Amino acid sequence: MLFDVQQSLLRSGDNNPVELRIASDMVKRGMFAAPIIVIAGGLIWGRAGAFSAAFGLALVFFNFLLAASIVSWAARISTTLVMAVSMFGYFARLALMFAIVYPFRNEPWISRYSLGLTMLIAHLGLLIWEIRFVSISLAYPGLKPRQPRKN
Amino acid sequence: MEAFAHFVAELSAGEQKAAQAAIGAGFAYGLAAIGPGIGIGYVVGKAIEAMARQPEAAGMVRTTMFLGIAFTEALALIGFVVFILLGL
Repeated sequence: MLFDVQQSLLRSGDNNPVELRIASDMVKRGMFAAPIIVIAGGLIWGRAGAFSAAFGLALVFFNFLLAASIVSWAARISTTLVMAVSMFGYFARLALMFAIVYPFRNEPWISRYSLGLTMLIAHLGLLIWEIRFVSISLAYPGLKPRQPRKN
Repeated sequence: MEAFAHFVAELSAGEQKAAQAAIGAGFAYGLAAIGPGIGIGYVVGKAIEAMARQPEAAGMVRTTMFLGIAFTEALALIGFVVFILLGL
Protein backbone atom coordinates (compact mmCIF):
# COMPACT_ATOMS: atom_id res chain seq x y z
CA MET A 1 0.00 0.00 0.00
CA LEU A 2 2.73 2.44 1.00
CA PHE A 3 4.63 1.50 -2.14
CA ASP A 4 1.54 2.34 -4.22
CA VAL A 5 1.23 5.73 -2.57
CA GLN A 6 4.90 6.53 -3.11
CA GLN A 7 4.73 5.43 -6.73
CA SER A 8 1.61 7.50 -7.30
CA LEU A 9 3.21 10.53 -5.72
CA LEU A 10 6.32 9.95 -7.77
CA ARG A 11 4.30 9.85 -10.96
CA SER A 12 2.22 12.88 -10.12
CA GLY A 13 5.24 14.71 -8.72
CA ASP A 14 7.51 14.11 -11.68
CA ASN A 15 5.16 14.97 -14.48
CA ASN A 16 2.66 17.15 -12.79
CA PRO A 17 3.67 19.38 -9.90
CA VAL A 18 0.07 20.51 -9.43
CA GLU A 19 0.79 22.96 -6.60
CA LEU A 20 3.44 24.72 -8.60
CA ARG A 21 1.20 24.96 -11.64
CA ILE A 22 -1.63 26.43 -9.55
CA ALA A 23 0.70 28.89 -7.79
CA SER A 24 2.30 29.97 -11.07
CA ASP A 25 -1.12 30.53 -12.55
CA MET A 26 -2.14 32.59 -9.53
CA VAL A 27 1.00 34.71 -9.83
CA LYS A 28 0.32 35.20 -13.54
CA ARG A 29 -3.18 36.41 -12.79
CA GLY A 30 -1.85 38.53 -9.94
CA MET A 31 0.56 40.22 -12.36
CA PHE A 32 -2.41 41.35 -14.44
CA ALA A 33 -4.17 42.73 -11.38
CA ALA A 34 -0.99 44.26 -9.87
CA PRO A 35 -1.10 47.64 -11.66
CA ILE A 36 -4.69 48.19 -10.51
CA ILE A 37 -3.84 47.36 -6.89
CA VAL A 38 -0.70 49.52 -6.92
CA ILE A 39 -2.57 52.46 -8.45
CA ALA A 40 -5.39 52.04 -5.91
CA GLY A 41 -2.84 52.01 -3.07
CA GLY A 42 -1.22 55.10 -4.53
CA LEU A 43 -4.51 56.94 -4.86
CA ILE A 44 -5.56 56.19 -1.28
CA TRP A 45 -2.26 56.42 0.64
CA GLY A 46 0.00 58.28 -1.76
CA ARG A 47 3.43 57.22 -2.94
CA ALA A 48 4.09 55.13 0.20
CA GLY A 49 0.80 53.36 -0.42
CA ALA A 50 1.80 52.45 -3.97
CA PHE A 51 5.22 51.13 -2.90
CA SER A 52 3.69 49.21 0.00
CA ALA A 53 1.05 47.68 -2.25
CA ALA A 54 3.77 46.50 -4.64
CA PHE A 55 5.77 45.15 -1.70
CA GLY A 56 2.71 43.36 -0.32
CA LEU A 57 1.94 41.82 -3.70
CA ALA A 58 5.53 40.60 -4.03
CA LEU A 59 5.26 39.02 -0.59
CA VAL A 60 2.03 37.23 -1.47
CA PHE A 61 3.47 35.92 -4.76
CA PHE A 62 6.62 34.79 -2.96
CA ASN A 63 4.56 33.05 -0.29
CA PHE A 64 2.44 31.15 -2.83
CA LEU A 65 5.42 30.09 -4.92
CA LEU A 66 7.47 29.03 -1.91
CA ALA A 67 4.61 27.00 -0.44
CA ALA A 68 3.95 25.31 -3.78
CA SER A 69 7.63 24.61 -4.44
CA ILE A 70 8.28 22.93 -1.14
CA VAL A 71 5.10 20.82 -1.23
CA SER A 72 5.79 19.75 -4.84
CA TRP A 73 9.37 18.90 -3.89
CA ALA A 74 8.25 16.91 -0.85
CA ALA A 75 5.60 15.04 -2.85
CA ARG A 76 8.33 13.63 -5.07
CA ILE A 77 10.00 12.08 -2.03
CA SER A 78 7.41 10.78 0.44
CA THR A 79 4.04 11.37 2.05
CA THR A 80 5.71 11.76 5.45
CA LEU A 81 7.76 14.61 4.07
CA VAL A 82 4.59 16.24 2.64
CA MET A 83 3.11 16.26 6.14
CA ALA A 84 6.29 17.58 7.74
CA VAL A 85 6.93 20.21 5.08
CA SER A 86 3.32 21.44 5.15
CA MET A 87 3.37 21.96 8.91
CA PHE A 88 6.87 23.29 9.41
CA GLY A 89 6.71 25.11 6.10
CA TYR A 90 3.72 27.03 7.41
CA PHE A 91 5.55 28.20 10.52
CA ALA A 92 8.75 28.84 8.56
CA ARG A 93 6.89 30.97 6.03
CA LEU A 94 5.18 32.98 8.76
CA ALA A 95 8.56 33.60 10.34
CA LEU A 96 10.05 34.46 6.96
CA MET A 97 7.30 37.00 6.23
CA PHE A 98 7.94 38.61 9.59
CA ALA A 99 11.69 38.64 8.92
CA ILE A 100 11.17 40.25 5.52
CA VAL A 101 8.73 42.94 6.69
CA TYR A 102 10.35 43.79 10.03
CA PRO A 103 13.51 45.54 8.73
CA PHE A 104 11.39 47.86 6.58
CA ARG A 105 8.89 48.79 9.29
CA ASN A 106 10.12 52.36 9.74
CA GLU A 107 10.98 53.11 6.15
CA PRO A 108 9.24 56.22 4.83
CA TRP A 109 7.94 54.32 1.80
CA ILE A 110 5.99 51.88 3.97
CA SER A 111 2.30 52.50 4.59
CA ARG A 112 1.13 49.87 7.07
CA TYR A 113 -2.51 50.03 6.05
CA SER A 114 -1.68 49.64 2.39
CA LEU A 115 0.75 46.78 3.03
CA GLY A 116 -1.58 44.87 5.33
CA LEU A 117 -4.72 45.29 3.28
CA THR A 118 -2.94 44.49 0.03
CA MET A 119 -1.57 41.26 1.47
CA LEU A 120 -4.95 40.18 2.74
CA ILE A 121 -6.95 41.17 -0.31
CA ALA A 122 -4.39 39.80 -2.78
CA HIS A 123 -4.08 36.48 -0.97
CA LEU A 124 -7.80 35.86 -0.69
CA GLY A 125 -8.68 37.47 -4.00
CA LEU A 126 -6.19 35.41 -5.98
CA LEU A 127 -7.32 32.21 -4.29
CA ILE A 128 -10.98 32.87 -4.99
CA TRP A 129 -10.16 33.89 -8.56
CA GLU A 130 -8.10 30.71 -9.07
CA ILE A 131 -10.89 28.44 -7.88
CA ARG A 132 -12.63 29.03 -11.20
CA PHE A 133 -9.70 27.58 -13.13
CA VAL A 134 -8.91 24.60 -10.92
CA SER A 135 -10.00 21.19 -12.02
CA ILE A 136 -10.64 18.61 -9.35
CA SER A 137 -10.89 15.53 -11.51
CA LEU A 138 -8.84 12.39 -11.93
CA ALA A 139 -8.19 13.12 -15.58
CA TYR A 140 -6.92 16.64 -15.08
CA PRO A 141 -5.57 17.25 -11.59
CA GLY A 142 -4.50 20.86 -11.12
CA LEU A 143 -5.65 23.33 -13.71
CA LYS A 144 -8.51 22.83 -16.12
CA PRO A 145 -7.39 22.01 -19.66
CA ARG A 146 -7.60 24.89 -22.07
CA GLN A 147 -10.30 24.81 -24.69
CA PRO A 148 -8.88 24.44 -28.18
CA ARG A 149 -9.34 27.53 -30.31
CA LYS A 150 -12.10 27.37 -32.86
CA ASN A 151 -11.01 28.41 -36.33
CA MET B 1 8.94 40.63 39.01
CA GLU B 2 9.30 43.68 41.25
CA ALA B 3 12.18 44.91 39.16
CA PHE B 4 10.00 44.58 36.07
CA ALA B 5 7.13 46.45 37.76
CA HIS B 6 9.58 49.16 38.81
CA PHE B 7 10.93 49.34 35.27
CA VAL B 8 7.41 49.65 33.84
CA ALA B 9 6.52 52.37 36.36
CA GLU B 10 9.51 54.41 35.23
CA LEU B 11 8.35 54.43 31.61
CA SER B 12 6.54 57.47 30.30
CA ALA B 13 2.88 57.20 29.26
CA GLY B 14 3.84 57.14 25.59
CA GLU B 15 6.42 54.42 26.11
CA GLN B 16 3.94 52.34 28.13
CA LYS B 17 1.38 52.67 25.36
CA ALA B 18 3.95 51.60 22.75
CA ALA B 19 5.00 48.64 24.90
CA GLN B 20 1.40 47.54 25.39
CA ALA B 21 0.77 47.81 21.64
CA ALA B 22 3.86 45.70 20.93
CA ILE B 23 2.80 43.05 23.45
CA GLY B 24 -0.74 43.04 22.04
CA ALA B 25 0.57 42.72 18.50
CA GLY B 26 2.78 39.81 19.49
CA PHE B 27 -0.16 38.05 21.11
CA ALA B 28 -2.38 38.77 18.09
CA TYR B 29 0.15 37.23 15.72
CA GLY B 30 0.94 34.28 17.96
CA LEU B 31 -2.66 33.42 18.81
CA ALA B 32 -3.78 33.92 15.21
CA ALA B 33 -1.19 31.36 14.08
CA ILE B 34 -2.48 28.59 16.36
CA GLY B 35 -5.87 28.05 14.70
CA PRO B 36 -4.56 27.82 11.13
CA GLY B 37 -1.77 25.56 12.41
CA ILE B 38 -4.37 23.11 13.69
CA GLY B 39 -6.41 23.54 10.51
CA ILE B 40 -3.46 22.90 8.19
CA GLY B 41 -2.48 19.84 10.20
CA TYR B 42 -6.02 18.53 9.81
CA VAL B 43 -6.18 19.29 6.07
CA VAL B 44 -2.81 17.68 5.31
CA GLY B 45 -3.50 14.69 7.58
CA LYS B 46 -6.77 13.98 5.79
CA ALA B 47 -5.13 14.48 2.40
CA ILE B 48 -2.43 11.93 3.26
CA GLU B 49 -5.15 9.56 4.42
CA ALA B 50 -7.01 10.04 1.12
CA MET B 51 -3.83 9.44 -0.89
CA ALA B 52 -3.18 6.26 1.08
CA ARG B 53 -6.70 5.02 0.42
CA GLN B 54 -6.71 5.94 -3.26
CA PRO B 55 -3.20 6.47 -4.59
CA GLU B 56 -4.35 7.11 -8.17
CA ALA B 57 -6.18 10.22 -6.95
CA ALA B 58 -3.02 11.73 -5.45
CA GLY B 59 -2.89 14.60 -7.97
CA MET B 60 -6.50 15.54 -7.34
CA VAL B 61 -6.08 15.30 -3.58
CA ARG B 62 -2.93 17.44 -3.67
CA THR B 63 -4.77 20.11 -5.65
CA THR B 64 -7.48 20.28 -3.00
CA MET B 65 -4.90 20.10 -0.21
CA PHE B 66 -2.89 23.00 -1.58
CA LEU B 67 -5.95 25.21 -1.94
CA GLY B 68 -7.10 24.18 1.54
CA ILE B 69 -3.74 25.10 3.01
CA ALA B 70 -3.78 28.47 1.23
CA PHE B 71 -7.31 29.28 2.42
CA THR B 72 -6.50 28.27 5.98
CA GLU B 73 -3.35 30.34 5.87
CA ALA B 74 -5.43 33.43 5.13
CA LEU B 75 -6.50 33.35 8.80
CA ALA B 76 -2.89 33.58 9.90
CA LEU B 77 -2.44 36.39 7.41
CA ILE B 78 -5.22 38.32 9.16
CA GLY B 79 -3.21 37.98 12.38
CA PHE B 80 -0.12 39.19 10.57
CA VAL B 81 -1.98 42.21 9.22
CA VAL B 82 -3.26 43.05 12.72
CA PHE B 83 0.32 42.71 13.93
CA ILE B 84 1.52 45.07 11.21
CA LEU B 85 -1.16 47.62 12.04
CA LEU B 86 -0.83 47.43 15.82
CA GLY B 87 2.75 47.28 16.76
CA LEU B 88 5.25 46.62 14.02
